[in-house]
Amino acid sequence: MARLPVSGSLRNQLVVSLIGGAALLALLLFLVTRNFAAQVAQEGQDSILGAAAASILDAAAIHDGQVEIDLPYASFSMLANASDDRVFYAIYRDDTFLSGYEGLDAPANQADGQPTFQSTEFNGADVRVVTDTRTLIGADDRTQIRIVLAQTQDQLAGTLERISRNAALLGAGFFALAALLSFWATSTTIGQLKTLTQSVTRRGPQDLSAFRKPVPTEMAPLVTSLNSLMGRLDQSLRQSEDFIAEAAHRVRTPLATVRAHAEATLQRVDKAENRQALRAMVRAIDESSRAASQLLDHAMITVRADHLTLQDVDLAELVGDLVQRLTPVADMKDLDLAFQAEGAVPILGDPVQIQNAVRNLIDNALKYAPPESTVEIAVWRGPRPNVTIQDRGPGFPLHEMDTLTARFKRGRNAEGTIGSGLGLTIAHDVAAAHDGALTLENREGGGACVCLSF
Amino acid sequence: MKYLLVEDNQELANAVSSRMRLDGHVVDHAATLEDASAFVETGEYDLILLDIMLPDGDGREFLKRHRASERDTPVIVLTARSEVSDRIGLLDLGADDYLTKPFDHAELEARCRAVLRRMAGKSRSVVSMGGVVFDPLAGHLTVNGEVVQLRNRELRLLEQLLGAPGQILSKQKLADRLFSYDDDASENAIEVYIGRLRKHLEASSLKITTLRGLGYRLDQDG
Repeated sequence: MARLPVSGSLRNQLVVSLIGGAALLALLLFLVTRNFAAQVAQEGQDSILGAAAASILDAAAIHDGQVEIDLPYASFSMLANASDDRVFYAIYRDDTFLSGYEGLDAPANQADGQPTFQSTEFNGADVRVVTDTRTLIGADDRTQIRIVLAQTQDQLAGTLERISRNAALLGAGFFALAALLSFWATSTTIGQLKTLTQSVTRRGPQDLSAFRKPVPTEMAPLVTSLNSLMGRLDQSLRQSEDFIAEAAHRVRTPLATVRAHAEATLQRVDKAENRQALRAMVRAIDESSRAASQLLDHAMITVRADHLTLQDVDLAELVGDLVQRLTPVADMKDLDLAFQAEGAVPILGDPVQIQNAVRNLIDNALKYAPPESTVEIAVWRGPRPNVTIQDRGPGFPLHEMDTLTARFKRGRNAEGTIGSGLGLTIAHDVAAAHDGALTLENREGGGACVCLSF
Repeated sequence: MKYLLVEDNQELANAVSSRMRLDGHVVDHAATLEDASAFVETGEYDLILLDIMLPDGDGREFLKRHRASERDTPVIVLTARSEVSDRIGLLDLGADDYLTKPFDHAELEARCRAVLRRMAGKSRSVVSMGGVVFDPLAGHLTVNGEVVQLRNRELRLLEQLLGAPGQILSKQKLADRLFSYDDDASENAIEVYIGRLRKHLEASSLKITTLRGLGYRLDQDG
């Protein structure tokens, strides 16, 4: 059977898209979690920085136009942490640098008590900067104090790294779980298809009945089409077989009538030329009936060839039965049928076809064998199971051996013998349908030897 | 022998039964399954010849009923259907043999003989004449207590001669009985078989006389 072209795999498509989706979702989960956590951590640092700035500003006072700021210890201790982040500060009075680290500056909001935050770089380190202002009112003037407080971000970076690691683990876990789920979902879905495929494949070739097991809704249309296809196939096979049987009936019954009349008349007629004519008539009827039988058998075998019923057959028993059945025919010509088999010879095949083929071969031997000779039929087990039929007839003409199995081709020796030329063709076709072979040989001492092997 | 022929084709039935009567058999003809059942119930038959496609049903049904009723009359089925499809089912249903139409009358005879031989012991018709006992079913001849096994053609030839003692049987007619229609050289070959029969009958009081140009005749000495 030709290999069906395959366009990708449903399972792979499903798995790839499900896992791809899971990976995308896991990545998104990781990013969102990390950003949110980073934001929360930053807010923590900001609120401490803001509080420190506010406490410094709280400590600022103006005395006689002089600004006094006593940097409170508490404000720095609240900034101390495990990572020993460094703290920088600068104090400005009306935008004039007063104290701290020169160069540390950042713009502030106009309103007091509203710190602004920004991330920047100072002295070669990433810092978080808070700027806050306080307007001091003295006896005769008002002045604005601005504090810029900066803290390096080592602690925050550490926190962020921990959070990222956790978020990554979470994402990976999610991905793994989703991947597992997608494999499971895919194999469950594909499993349904597999079950259907198996139960279709497991049926014998003769079983063309509808498929009745429940299937998922999505597969129902496919199964319905399959059932209707099988229904039509079954019907058309049945019609062909019925037609062949009916054709056989229509052809054979009138032939039988004519033949029986001709034979009966022959018993009553004495005149030589009438007898000659009647005999010719019987011969013609035999010829056409044999041709009709073989044509119909051939048609039947062709119809059945597409769905060969392979079953266990005992070749020895099958041939033995045939030999027994053909013995009366052989008797009529005073021929002996010798049958030999080495026990049971089990093969896998279509019994009807094999019987037909062997019968045609034995018929041939009976036709060509000289009277009172023996036709030897043997069934052997090895090297390949085979049936051998040998007679003492004229044998096959050497130069025609290759063409004898062609349809309607008869050997030169066959002139004057009734036949259609289909016998060997049928045997050959049956052999071919069973991956076997039909071998024609001439025997030493005259006669044909036909071997049908499986 | 008494036969029941179940066949709906009147022409074929006439031809077959007239031919069988010619051979000295008694033949009843039934054209339907109903008739056939009636015949079987009222008469005893040695053998039933059964067609498959009948106007009031399938011959296989008759066969099944026949077997179920435990009658042991052998049945030979005459089928016109494709051999391939019917072959196996028929024997399973209890037919003793079957024959595909159109058939050679000699083959029908041979098959009947084979089936009847298998029913050994039942209603055996033995011909006894002039110190010779002839058992056509078993195919042997007993001459003065000595058994001679006959080949099929010798047997059929002897059957013809014993069937009409004292009458002249033409060479052609005898040849028709003995040979299939495809060998032409048959009329002279008959002499060979006549020769063999003469040898078998040597010790008896039967002898086969040649009437030149007319044929042969079976005569009894004394």
